[in-house]
Formats: sequence, C-alpha cells, structure tokens
Amino acid sequence: MMSLCPSYAIRLIGLLSVVVCASVAPAQTLLNASSKGNMFGPSNSAGPLGPSARTVQAPLGGRSEILGGSVRTLPNLSLQQDWAPPVNDQENHLFTLFDVLEYRPNTSGGEHTSDYRWDIEGWYGGDYNRLWFKSEGQRDTAFKADYDVDFQLLYGRFLRKYYDLQIGPRLETQTFRGRNVTRGFAAIGIEGIVPYDYTMEATLFIDQNGAVSGRLTLTKDLLLTQRLILQGRFETNVAIQRVEEFTTGSGLNNLEFGMRLRYEIRREFAPYVGFSLDRSFGETATLVRQEGGNPSQIRFVAGVRMWF
Amino acid sequence: MQSKKKAQDKTGLISRRVLLKRAGTLGLLAAIQPLFPACASHRLPPMIPGTQPSTLSGEVIDLVISETPFTLGGRTATAMTINGTIPGPLIRLKEDQELTLRVTNRLAEVTSIHWHGILLPPVMDGVPGVSFGGIQPGATFTYRFPIKQSGTYWYHSHSGGQEMRGMYAPMILDPLEPEPFHYDRDYIVMLSDWTFESPESVFANLKKLPGYYNFQQRTAGEFFSNIANWGVWATLRNYLMWDQMRMDPTDFADVTGYTFTYLMNGLSPGANWTGLFRPGEKIRLRFINAASMTFYDLRIPGLTMTVVQADGQNIQPVAVEELRMGVAETYDVIVEPTGDRPYTIFAETLDRSGYARGTLAPRPGMSAEIPERRPRPLRTMEDMGMKMDHIDMGTDMPGMGSSDEKPSSKLSANTPSMEQMQHEPHKDRMPGMGDQSRSKIPGAEAVKHGPEDHGTGNQTVAEYSQNRFGKPGRGLENSPWRVLLYTDLKSLVPYPDQREPEREIELHVTGNMGDRYMWSFDGKKYSDAPEPIRFRYGERLRVTFVNDTMMEHPLHLHGMWMHLENGTGPYLPRKHTVIVKPAERVSVAISADAPGRWAFHCHLLFHMEAGMFRVIKVSD
Repeated sequence: MMSLCPSYAIRLIGLLSVVVCASVAPAQTLLNASSKGNMFGPSNSAGPLGPSARTVQAPLGGRSEILGGSVRTLPNLSLQQDWAPPVNDQENHLFTLFDVLEYRPNTSGGEHTSDYRWDIEGWYGGDYNRLWFKSEGQRDTAFKADYDVDFQLLYGRFLRKYYDLQIGPRLETQTFRGRNVTRGFAAIGIEGIVPYDYTMEATLFIDQNGAVSGRLTLTKDLLLTQRLILQGRFETNVAIQRVEEFTTGSGLNNLEFGMRLRYEIRREFAPYVGFSLDRSFGETATLVRQEGGNPSQIRFVAGVRMWF
Repeated sequence: MQSKKKAQDKTGLISRRVLLKRAGTLGLLAAIQPLFPACASHRLPPMIPGTQPSTLSGEVIDLVISETPFTLGGRTATAMTINGTIPGPLIRLKEDQELTLRVTNRLAEVTSIHWHGILLPPVMDGVPGVSFGGIQPGATFTYRFPIKQSGTYWYHSHSGGQEMRGMYAPMILDPLEPEPFHYDRDYIVMLSDWTFESPESVFANLKKLPGYYNFQQRTAGEFFSNIANWGVWATLRNYLMWDQMRMDPTDFADVTGYTFTYLMNGLSPGANWTGLFRPGEKIRLRFINAASMTFYDLRIPGLTMTVVQADGQNIQPVAVEELRMGVAETYDVIVEPTGDRPYTIFAETLDRSGYARGTLAPRPGMSAEIPERRPRPLRTMEDMGMKMDHIDMGTDMPGMGSSDEKPSSKLSANTPSMEQMQHEPHKDRMPGMGDQSRSKIPGAEAVKHGPEDHGTGNQTVAEYSQNRFGKPGRGLENSPWRVLLYTDLKSLVPYPDQREPEREIELHVTGNMGDRYMWSFDGKKYSDAPEPIRFRYGERLRVTFVNDTMMEHPLHLHGMWMHLENGTGPYLPRKHTVIVKPAERVSVAISADAPGRWAFHCHLLFHMEAGMFRVIKVSD
C-alpha cells in the first residue's frame, strides 16, 4: 500500500510532474502495438519471403549438412525473422466499465431536484501496461454542493500480482456559487484486489497549487444468485488543505456507503436499484451547508452497471 | 466465382449434416445409403451411413481450408472447415507408408494444419512461427512425411482460434502388425465444443472478466446449504479462506456451457450421434477430445470400457466405467454391448455445465436414458497445494470437501474429515502395492515449493506439490465406479529406451486469474521468454511439471513422446498430451531423438494464446 503521508506526498510533486509527462509515451507505445493486429486476425500477415525461406525445403531425414565441416544446422533450428509468433500473447484490449451510472430521484420532497451520479473507468492495453481512463461525476451529493465532474488519464503498471500502480493527470470541474471552477491535479494511485476479495482504488492527488487530497474506494460483490448480485460500495475523500473554492475542507471530507442490487441480464448489462448514504464532515460539511447543500443524505438510486 | 464456391461448400455441408439428421429423424437411412459408399467402419459395412466422417486414404491427399456455413440447433454460423465439414475428413493411413498432403488455404488469413501426436520432421509439424511460416491465403502447402507409427490421432489448425471454429479432424494409422485385441467394428467418437461467439470475443471476455462464463459460482443459497452441511464455523472459515486468497473455488472451466454446445462427431446432444451394433459384437470406440477448452468425463452407463490404447499407443487393457479426457488426449476402448437395447455415450464436462452425448444402438432412432447430471465440484486444500500430514488425510478437510451433498457423504461438524474419508472409494486403490513391476513415482512424496513466486504473472504457488496419478481428479473422487487413473496406464510392451533420465528440467505451470487472464510457464508468457528450452540430441531427460495454478492443464509436446513416469517400471506409457492437476507434480521421461524446434504448450486454446507456450530446441 502506498503511503498517504503528506510530507512524503509533497516531495513527490516534482517527481510526478515528470512522470505525468512521461506517461504519454507508454500510451503511444500501446497504440502502436495494437496495429500488430489481434490474436486471431490476419496478424500473421504475409511477410516477404526472406533468404530464410530455404529451410522450408529441408530434406525429410531431419538432419542436414549445411556450411560443410564442423557447423551442422538442423532443419528449422534458427528462428525465421519473417515468421509471426506462434501465439499472440501481447494483444491489447479495450475495456470500459460504467460501474455506477444512476439516477437519484428526489424523495425527500424538499427543494432538491432529482440528481445523477456516475463512476466510469476503463483501460486500453495488455497484461502489464495499460492506459487507464476514469471519470466520476455527481450532482448534489452530501460532499459537493452543486455538481462535480472529474476525469483522469493514467498510466498503469501491473505489480505485485494484484495491483496496478497508476500515475497521471486529473482534471476536476465544479460549479461554485453559479460559476465554473476547474483545477488540475497529478494523481498517483493503486487499484487492484485486496485480500478478502475487495476491489480497491486508492489515489493521492496534488492540485496545481500544491493542495493534497486522497480518495479511497472499496467495492465487493455478493452473489445472491448467479445473476442477482449485491454490490457494497464504500468511498471516502480526505484533504490536507482547505480549498474552499472546491467545497473541500481539511481532514475527512465525506463518507459514502451504498448497496446496489443488480441483475445481470448479460454479464455486460445489469440494471440496478439501491441506496446510498452520503455524509460530509467537519469543514466540508460547513461549506456544503453554506452552499445550501445537505451534508447528510440518504438517496435511493436506480441505474445500470455495464461494460464493454 | 467466389459465390459459386460458397454455394458448392454449402451443398456439400448440407449433404453431410442436415441430411443425416433429417434422415435419422424420418427413418430414411436405408434410402440414402447408396449416396455414401465410403464410410469408416472397419470390418463390417456401415449400418448408418454418414455417421462417420468421410475417409481419405492413399499416398496423396488434398485438403482445402475454407469458410463454410455450419448449422446447429437452427442457427447458422460461418465455420472454418477442412474439406467443408465439422469434423473434417478422416485420414486413414497405413503404418510405414509415405504421405503427401497438399493443404490449400481458401481463407482470408494465414492457416496451418498440425498433425497431433505424429512423429515427423520438424518443418512438417505445422506450427506457424515454430516449424514454418504458416500457409498464406491462396497458397497450397505440401506436407511430406513417412508414417512411422500406428493408432488413433487427430489433426487441427495451429493458427489463432481456427481450431475452435471447426478445424479439427480424426486420423487413424493402421498398424502393420495385427492389433493385440479383437473387435468387430470401430467408430470414431470425436468430442468438441462449439460457440456462436467468435474466438476473439471469447478471449476478450476472459481478459476483461476471467469469470465471465462461470455461472456456477458460490451464491448465498449455497452458503446456507453449506452451513447446514458443514456447520457455521467450517463454512465461514472456508468462504473467508477463499476470499482471503482472492480465488474462486468453482473455477473448473474458463469457457462453459453458457456459450458452448458440446459436440460428438459434430452433432449436438439433441441430434444424438448414433453408432449401430449387433448385440454381442465388440465395438472399438476411438475417443478423441478435439475440444478447444473442455475436459470431458466419459462413460457409457451399462457398459464397462476396456481401455486398449492411450494417445494411440497400446496399453495393457484396463477395464473402467469412466475416464477423464483432457483436451487433445485420445483413448481407444472396447465395449461389448450384449443387450438388444441402446446405450448412452455420456461425456459430461469437468465443470458439469453441460455434456456431449451420443448413442450406441442396435437400430437407428433409438436412445437410452441420459444420466443425471452431477453437481459441479469444488476446489479443495489439495488443489491449493497445502501441506497434508498424511497423504489421504486432509484431502477433504471440513468444508473443503466436494459439493457432493448426498447424505452418505454429509459432513458433520464434529468429525467431518474422518467421516468423509470413509466414503472415499479410491483410498484403498493405491496402486503398486505388491506389484513387482512397479517403480518409484517421482514426486510421490510432497515437495515444498522454493522461494521463487514466479513474479506478477503468477498468482499462487503450490506450497507443496505432489504426484497424484493415483487419484482420479477433482469431481470424480467420490465416484461409485472405477475411474481410469494415470497409474493404470502400462505400455503393452516396454519401449526400447529404458535409460534412467540423466538430467531434469523443472517447469512450473503458472497463471494469474486475479482479475486478468494470464497463463504462462515459470511466470513468463511466451513473448517474455522466447528463448527455447534446450534438449541435447540423444539425451534421455526428465521434465517435471509443477502446477502452481488451480486448474487442470493438458500439456502437449510436439515431435517426441512423453513417457509418463507413473511407477510402471519398464512399462511407462508414452503420451503426447499429459494432464497435470492443480498442485500436482508430474514427471515425464523424454528421449530427445528428434532434432529441431518443437512446440510445447497447454492445449487449452486460450491458455496457449495467452502465453502458456514454449519452444523446445533439440540440438547437439
């Protein structure tokens, strides 16, 4: 687990700005690799018959004398440069998951309107190197008073059997007192499966002014039947500095705990219903109240979880 | 031009499959018999024409690879076929003959044919990227090799997912010497699996969600029924242990009956492939597992199968009621149906998500009862490679047992392991007791895994690995009947090379199923370890496979035999494909008598494509 220790994190800023730029390069490598074709497709494209073609006509006996005397070459002992590999185990894939894509009806009858929330992530790449993209967005939760959208583009490296180390830029935009505000971050995080089979996403953010924050998400699926699945979801945000412009106090910002019951019509498509308990704390709660928001909410949700 | 070709293919296909099915339904078999003069029955004229693939013989054989419509259960897909059918034509040859095969590629992509289990020059082996460059679209590749062996084999594409799309077919090599067993007729029973999804999309699904096709995972319902059977604490401990390890104890097949239709000789269970017999005859069944991803447990209720060949090699006959077939294995059995009644050939998949089925019947149109499906098994401590003080003890620790919930094997909370053990029918079948021809099985004692964890490409290691040839494998451990064991396989005659292996190579079978579908040897997929494994020409060596994963893998070596070190002394059987169970340690002796570059891989198609593949280089 990476350390969330602030002083350590601040020292990382310099490093991050370098790595963030560097992360574009692996992404490009991935894209180039894709042009090799997919595993079953015509990736074994007809290469020009090089000088190596002669070995195809090797005699039946199995052994042949080439170059005379001491050097004996066996029929196909040397790898032919123009041959495609026997298996295509470096194939890239594209995965996009809408883990949360939901509508939150207004049930309390107050001045609140019905809201929405999404949490999307995905990757393009192979087993070890991936380009990740993530977006979270919400409107009127206990944490952010109005609306809040963020987007991340991360380079991920598969490590320690279960985890992706992710690093890259993040952009956040909010409406604050009627006007749009936007800030950029460097993000470094770990995503993977922790013991007891929880999916974990832990990310540390440092914004353009040096303000440090972090987010932890844990989810777990409980199978009621093969297709009826209850997903537990826990998310929390913390920050070191108060960034009032972004409705963020210092310390624990919020906790979100949800249960979503989905039915997998197909693996890729599962409508769900559920509820979400959202609560903000401390300075953040005060800021939300000042915004006219509600720092403690229970919301019913209905949406669809899907991927492709 | 092209459409004309397609039309011809289609006609050809309909004549084989659809006509057969319709004819069978309508009882018109006698009427169409003259259309199919060349069928595969060995000694008697065929009684159901067309129920065996068309046969090609002689010194020069032409094969055409093309896209062909294939209809199954009312749906039509575009298959990739050899000479227009699934399975492709039977190639029936004589030992010691010369053979020229001209393979023409009418696909839009590179193809290949690999002659599975055949000893031949390395350039004729048909593995693109290892033995040759593949057969380019429009090209004809000429294979030439002498036939130096006999038995039941098969051939298939070695390019990408083409095998899954229908490119497989049987091959019979008739021996020069008379067979050491008698039979009145023989049938090929070729098992395979078919999906209407493309191999690319199946593979992509597995890469994104390794459990995509598993609809037999543990649910809340099973949890409560486990509590009722095992008790609260044993159940909780078991569930928490698997969750703690981030493993799924129900993972027995990556691709399941959710998408597969399981085929017998190209026919679905409903279409009921039928082989006819006269009561009292001895029938030789040549079982070939040509599936891309499916292990089969095969039985014929009411008949005892006498296994006479394994992977085309004569063995000392052994009578069993059931046998497990790893992908690419072949078994020849002899059955003697005496009753004037039909018998079901039942090939249940290892994960129990489906079955292939056919019938042996005295008359067309008959069918016998289809046996009750068994519950899917559950992985145990043994599969994890956990230390067991006593070999048989602990196999079924409380809550680790099979999902078999019959009252007789019900676990009580107090003495579960003892109770379970009493119902272990294979416990007293430890082979080798008092048998003089027995030798020591390498790995018979549990071996502790070294400190190497094989890196990020590998999820778990078997802390202790041990040979389990004497056990039938997960899902068959509580069978009330006799199941074929690898210790039962004894060569009919000793093979000439009886040298003790002079050196040993240990190869770990590895993978990561955490949330990515990765398969490898020693933690490295092929592209990360393209350097060949070296065998010295002429040496006798031992290769030991240690399975660190929690799945069974059928490992296939090209070009040379693997002599299974199963404790049978001079009678070690030789195989081209060997099943290695989870946490098992398996040793094979190899006489490195075939110079060249050879493929070695897991024969589960997607394990191979994910990188569980190596090149073996035999040289001085």
